[in-house]
Amino acid sequence: MIRDSGMARHVLRRLLSLIPTLLMLITVAFFLMRVAPGGPFDSEKLLPAEIEANLNAKYHMDEPLLQQYFRYLSQIAVLDFGPSIQYKDWTVNELMAQAMPVSLTIGMAAMGLAFFLGTSLGITAALRQNTRADYLLMGVGMLGISIPNFVIAPILILLLAVYAGWLPAGGWDWSIASMVLPVVTLSLPVTAYIARLTRGSMIEVMHSNFIRSARAKGLPESVVIRRHALRPALLPVISFLGPATAGMISGSVIIERIFSIPGLGSYFVQGALNRDYSLVMGVVIFYGVLIIVLNFLIDLIYAWLNPRVRYDEKS
Amino acid sequence: MWRDAAIGNQDSIRSNDEPKWPGAVLSAIHSRRVKPWVKMQNWSMKCGKHDSVILLRNFVLLLVFAVLLGACGRDGQEQPAGHNRHVRPVELILDENGRPDPSVLAQQQELHRDNGEEPQTLDPHLAEGLPSAHILRDLFEGLTAESPEGRIIPGAAIRWNISRDGKTYTFYLRRDALWSNGDPVTAEDFVYGLQRSADPATASKYAAVLLPIENAAGVLSGDLPASELAVTAMDDFTLQIRMEGPTPYFLALLNHSSTYPVHRASVQTHGSAFSRPGNLVSNGAYILSNWVIRSRIELVKNPNYWDAKNVILDKVVYYPFEDQSTALKRFRAGKLHWTSEVPNNQFKWLQKHYPDELVISPWLGSYFFGFNLEREPFIANPELRLALALVLDRDLLTEKVTQFGELPSYTLVPPGIRDYLSPMPEWAEWTQAEREAEARRLYADAGYSETNPLKFEIRYTAGENNKKMALAASSLWKQILGVQATLLNEENKVFLQNRDQKILTQVFQSGWISDYADAYSFLNLFRSGGDRNYYGYSNSLYDALLDEVAAERIPSRRRLLMYETERLLLADLPFIPLYTYVTKRMVNPRLKGWQSNVMDHHYSKDMYFLKPASGETAPAVEVTEVQIEEAAIAGSGEAIAVPAQGEAEGLNQQDAETLEPAGDAQVPGPEAEQEQDPEQKQEQEQAQDKDQGVDEDQGQDQDKGQEQGEVLPPAENETGVTAETGPADGVTDEETASKDSGQ
Repeated sequence: MIRDSGMARHVLRRLLSLIPTLLMLITVAFFLMRVAPGGPFDSEKLLPAEIEANLNAKYHMDEPLLQQYFRYLSQIAVLDFGPSIQYKDWTVNELMAQAMPVSLTIGMAAMGLAFFLGTSLGITAALRQNTRADYLLMGVGMLGISIPNFVIAPILILLLAVYAGWLPAGGWDWSIASMVLPVVTLSLPVTAYIARLTRGSMIEVMHSNFIRSARAKGLPESVVIRRHALRPALLPVISFLGPATAGMISGSVIIERIFSIPGLGSYFVQGALNRDYSLVMGVVIFYGVLIIVLNFLIDLIYAWLNPRVRYDEKS
Repeated sequence: MWRDAAIGNQDSIRSNDEPKWPGAVLSAIHSRRVKPWVKMQNWSMKCGKHDSVILLRNFVLLLVFAVLLGACGRDGQEQPAGHNRHVRPVELILDENGRPDPSVLAQQQELHRDNGEEPQTLDPHLAEGLPSAHILRDLFEGLTAESPEGRIIPGAAIRWNISRDGKTYTFYLRRDALWSNGDPVTAEDFVYGLQRSADPATASKYAAVLLPIENAAGVLSGDLPASELAVTAMDDFTLQIRMEGPTPYFLALLNHSSTYPVHRASVQTHGSAFSRPGNLVSNGAYILSNWVIRSRIELVKNPNYWDAKNVILDKVVYYPFEDQSTALKRFRAGKLHWTSEVPNNQFKWLQKHYPDELVISPWLGSYFFGFNLEREPFIANPELRLALALVLDRDLLTEKVTQFGELPSYTLVPPGIRDYLSPMPEWAEWTQAEREAEARRLYADAGYSETNPLKFEIRYTAGENNKKMALAASSLWKQILGVQATLLNEENKVFLQNRDQKILTQVFQSGWISDYADAYSFLNLFRSGGDRNYYGYSNSLYDALLDEVAAERIPSRRRLLMYETERLLLADLPFIPLYTYVTKRMVNPRLKGWQSNVMDHHYSKDMYFLKPASGETAPAVEVTEVQIEEAAIAGSGEAIAVPAQGEAEGLNQQDAETLEPAGDAQVPGPEAEQEQDPEQKQEQEQAQDKDQGVDEDQGQDQDKGQEQGEVLPPAENETGVTAETGPADGVTDEETASKDSGQ
């Protein structure tokens, strides 16, 4: 009972701390974007002064900067991210509403794949420490970490899409076939990283006292591993999951580009390059919320898994 | 369970540093299910095997799954193996109207077109950039339109009159033209469209296109209401536009999206959302049916289009492939029929494996380096600028750096504009050795030497070839003159800002691709204080000549004036001409009806798919050899030119009743092509690729408009002009295709 109220208070406090963090993020991002040289209307063709004035007026960019800032704050208070400057037919809300499910789907699928594959491989390697299987798995894992996405992706496309013709060579139509390659490519380095993390901590756990006592009690080894070793071994993986998931959902620009996927990542880069202030701000805020919320969730899972971490009045 | 156990033991957890995992121990005690086969000695091996078996099984399942998925998504029509899985088409048969005979058309008339990037908007008056323009060309129809080879033809206006002073245009609209919702397209729609386009409230970036119209400047600046724009509907189907001055290129401007009509009722109902599927009412050959942002834009045939019976493609899907190699891979997989570009550096490979698909043709654009004449050392120093220009071996640069058959350029205005030929500077005729000798002399005269070298910075921004060009130029300058040029790669907006401010920038990458085929568009770049004069070039004589050009309405005199204007510019040389752009793309060999043109405007309504030739599976390499043998057999005398004519006959009958014989063009010696040494095969392939567009430009100056009594600038025989735009010879797609199928 006491613990539950401590927990609730902790949750509340963490949620409240979202507000100043986000405000800080918004402020820094807002002014950084404006400080960057050039503006959204600079293009290869220099605009006549009167047309540029018309454009500035349309997007309220003729107002003093502070006034624009407060206008923006009052807008996002009601979750209105404004019109996109680059994609004129759409508001930032609409653009993000279309891109977010795509990014979420790919990110979560890749994360799920990476988590299950990574932990299974890691555990396998740990249980066969210093055998050929271990070296092979970790060697392949090292390759997975070191070979960048932009090398793997074209190779996969070439083999599976161009030569074999099994999968589409880029494009997104919500079919599972169009998801396979991006999800696999996106998950590869994370899989490898998780496998290494799992292997390390699994080896450590398998040598700890409580495993020894569990074995001493005559438990079958499969039970020892599943019941006793698995959870503590996964702790470092769990703490890695937060930033990794955020990274995957926020979308890999490279993956999106290579597979031509309409996710959030490209908006961030395109928006920044084109000085599409409202689009960049929308994506930044989304990323901010995503990372804060994910870290928070991971903390909760961590506490659930690790009895040494508790949220109570003392903490 | 773990959780409960742990909570029960909170105190003990905190008091212990050593992890004991009491929960685990507890649960272990509760569940004593010792299995007999587990032996302590070999536990790890057993468990390991067990896990890896599961893993292996999962892997296999995953693979099977992937294979199954792939098989489901596979297109039955495609050829399974080999580099090139494109099916050759049957021979094209045209009916008496020049339309393809229904018997040769494919069942499925659905075009999948790569559009480069997501269009910024489908509002024709806000549109900028090529992706928007390509789609809008299918959705809307301006007063004028273009034929496949890029000639101005009647669009929504069936004919027009130009007043004697060239300042009043009267357009007579088609009475059978309908909006996609069935409303008639009236002069009032054009009035509304043009006013909306010019209205400052619309905030159009391209409204400057309208400036030749009387009062447009005032409307744009907000001094006059939009209704003051000199555009009047005389009656429902007669539109009058008054101009500030004679603007011979005005008809070409009228197929720019800024001048398209919009459907007033739907714009007023839906506001800024009017350009979305379901809302968009358009008057072109296609209707917007679906738009998934950054995935696909689908257009379907507009049954209300006045010429719908001649529109063959039922559906066009535009994809925004930002990555050219992704688009290429998708093209190779057979899922795209048309790419917007091809990746750099793959010319040789593509040329070898996709000779029929790779299409390269000159574009109406020039690439050059600009000087900032407001900053030393280039103020008032044309000799020094000339020295730098002389050193750059354009043949070398286009061959080794750009690689796609870009044309070396010594002038500002690219070739390919009807009715205009640029003045060639004297040094264009020199050998490179002569140029270098002169450059060294000028360089020394300007006071520079080995001990006192010229130093400057050259700025460029991300983008194809920019870095390579700057690098190549700076090394040539260093090698031949000893110039120390520093390379500066700037982020695009930083680059633009520096360039526009003219404070930091000294030498910079520059270029211009024109929106309409008129030399004035290029010459006007260098007007003193002009919108696009990033060079700080200011010459009152030049400005005066430009004004004269703008006021001149007699084509021959105008041409002469422009010639003089460009000559003056080339003498002052505020820029270093380098090369003429080319368009380079992959096109499915079964897609016909389009032609290369210098504007790179391609209307989907002209295109159609031919049936695949039956049993055709020949891989690309074999095809290439066959085609060369055929060429060798036919390769006597003027045979090289003859297929070009045949091609024109095949495709242009609907437009050009009388054909200019292409044989009198300045064709690079056909004799050379007749020898069929293995080394030359490749060259010939290259020539065939390149010339596809070029030869099609020939002999198409018969203006349909004239037959219908319009007043147009006199069309002249430009065969000579167009022939200069590139190697004009060769067996064309059509020819090789038919020969292949006969194999």
